[in-house]
Amino acid sequence: MTEQAETTTKPETTTKPETTTKPETRQGIGVSPGTAYGPVVQVAPPVRPPAHEPAVDDEEAALADVKAAFESVAVSLEQRATRVEDTAQQILKATALIARDKGLVKAASKELAAGHGRANSIANAVETYAAQFEALGGYFAERVADLRDVGSRAVAAVLGVAAPGVPAFSEPSVIVAEDLAPAETATLDRSLVVGIITEAGGRTSHTAILAAQMGIPAVVQLPHATQIPAGTPIALDGDSGEVTIAPDMSLVTAQRERAARRKEALAHLSGPGRTSDGAEIALLANIGGVDDAVAAGAQDLEGVGLFRTEFVYLSATRAPTVEEQAEIYRGVFAPFEGRRVVVRTLDAGADKPLKFADLGPEENPALGRRGLRLSAERPDLLDAQLEALAVAARETGADVRVMAPMVATAEEAAWFARRVRENGLPKAGVMIEVPGAALRARDVLGEVDFGSLGTNDLAQYTMAADRMQGALSDLLDPWQPAVLDVVGVACEGAAKVDRPIGVCGESAGDPLLALVLVGLGVTSLSMAPSKVPVVRLALSQHSVAECQALATAARGSRTAVDALHAVRDGARSELTDLL
Amino acid sequence: MATRTVTIASSVGLHARPAALFVEAASNSGLDVEIAKPGEDPVDATSILGVMALGAKHGEEVVLTAEGDGADETLDSLVELLSRDLDAE
Repeated sequence: MTEQAETTTKPETTTKPETTTKPETRQGIGVSPGTAYGPVVQVAPPVRPPAHEPAVDDEEAALADVKAAFESVAVSLEQRATRVEDTAQQILKATALIARDKGLVKAASKELAAGHGRANSIANAVETYAAQFEALGGYFAERVADLRDVGSRAVAAVLGVAAPGVPAFSEPSVIVAEDLAPAETATLDRSLVVGIITEAGGRTSHTAILAAQMGIPAVVQLPHATQIPAGTPIALDGDSGEVTIAPDMSLVTAQRERAARRKEALAHLSGPGRTSDGAEIALLANIGGVDDAVAAGAQDLEGVGLFRTEFVYLSATRAPTVEEQAEIYRGVFAPFEGRRVVVRTLDAGADKPLKFADLGPEENPALGRRGLRLSAERPDLLDAQLEALAVAARETGADVRVMAPMVATAEEAAWFARRVRENGLPKAGVMIEVPGAALRARDVLGEVDFGSLGTNDLAQYTMAADRMQGALSDLLDPWQPAVLDVVGVACEGAAKVDRPIGVCGESAGDPLLALVLVGLGVTSLSMAPSKVPVVRLALSQHSVAECQALATAARGSRTAVDALHAVRDGARSELTDLL
Repeated sequence: MATRTVTIASSVGLHARPAALFVEAASNSGLDVEIAKPGEDPVDATSILGVMALGAKHGEEVVLTAEGDGADETLDSLVELLSRDLDAE
């Protein structure tokens, strides 16, 4: 309705300068709950050493300067530490310890001796350690931000320029940065910082930990965040990870009210997923590594429905050994002792080529030798992975189930299941993401123990629309009735052979779609962990029969938009009021 | 020279906060304290970067050594520190 009003008055608004950006929504990862709205304050990027810095004449004097620079950084961090509390204080003290580290000065002195200037010697010394931490991965890699912050401050000090960080500002604002260093996060003025957004960072980065502790809504991993001009109004939702640039005020108000209501509704609910009439629908997490596993393991969910294993391979220059893999898998399984972890075996191909198993370029990589098809060409890779998974499963006590990506036929499913069992793993399954496999789910799933619908790829292949092609996003809408039909047929096939079937695509995390999926016969939903609470709520408000009615309404719709509207109108208002 | 072997109890390994507490305690002792993974080169226990670069994870063993007056007492207190889950506190 507001849209219409705007359209009719448009010709008269030409006198108003069109400086405001069009509202644009982007998706990041919500790490600290709540909503925020305010102008963007961009954090000054780190100070980099000059490219052509002359070598020093007096090495000793230069070393004294370098020491003094590190010392001044340590002192300023310690001073800040006295002004903050708790975690913030400890982090600042730990960062000050880094600035005082003898090893850093020693490394810098080597760099000076090698003919580098003061600033470059500091930067190089820092990078030697940063590389070591990055190689260690996980928590250690996330400490690299602390180290580089010390380096950048020391470089600024030795060059005599202003320290990097948050510029002075006086109105309540949303802080945006590549990645916030602890010194910056810890000393933020709570009364002025209404929200935090970073382009990098992770669920366990300092930004995430401190923002949650300070109660400041935060989103990390927002694409191109640092390119948003300072002063642009921005709204963020720290639960969903959704960020809207230049939003309409009505959206901001609605978002705020909704968030408050949602918080209230979600506060009283916990435990396994159940429909209002008690049907068990497992609520699971999608994860892509050890950090995700640790974070998800601490949350109220029933396990992992999709563990993507690509990260184990993608940066490797040679095939990772069984022992190297087992070490990683132990780290992923350990937080889930007694809970299920569904592992998807290597899903690589021409679009995500491996250095050690490149089958060459392909005209249509999405339709090429990817997923299980690559495993068929290189069964050695699959066997090593299955062996490592079996070792880690035995040692950790997690309920490990393995599934193959890109299965199209019953023969492929049987081939995979045999290899899984030969490696001593009890449960084999397949992803249902090829429409052909969905249509023949009865035969395909008959060969294995379970199925998991990858709705993103299933939509891509059903609608013949490239997932990477933004212009085709309407075709890829998970509400497309054709996609729901294919899901429905797959569920019917699974029911005929009495095999459980779940969903591990993005649609599982949409509370309305989740109801439709359950209505179609799905018994587990795997999603970004932050989406679990609202899906749990949606299930708790609807019976299986109600879900089936919603599914029928969706499949009875002519278009994707109609399907969404039909379900939104049919779902209980206790839920739709919160969305 | 006094030596102790201890298993890292901190659930996330010897990184930022546990490492900082450990380095602070080692520095306060005033002794030359070293820490190593078994069979690897030891690093200065007063260097936070050296300690973090060890990459000692939860459940892994480290070897502490110290020399000088009160070395045993110092190592005992450091062992006690590493035997607690410092991240959970």
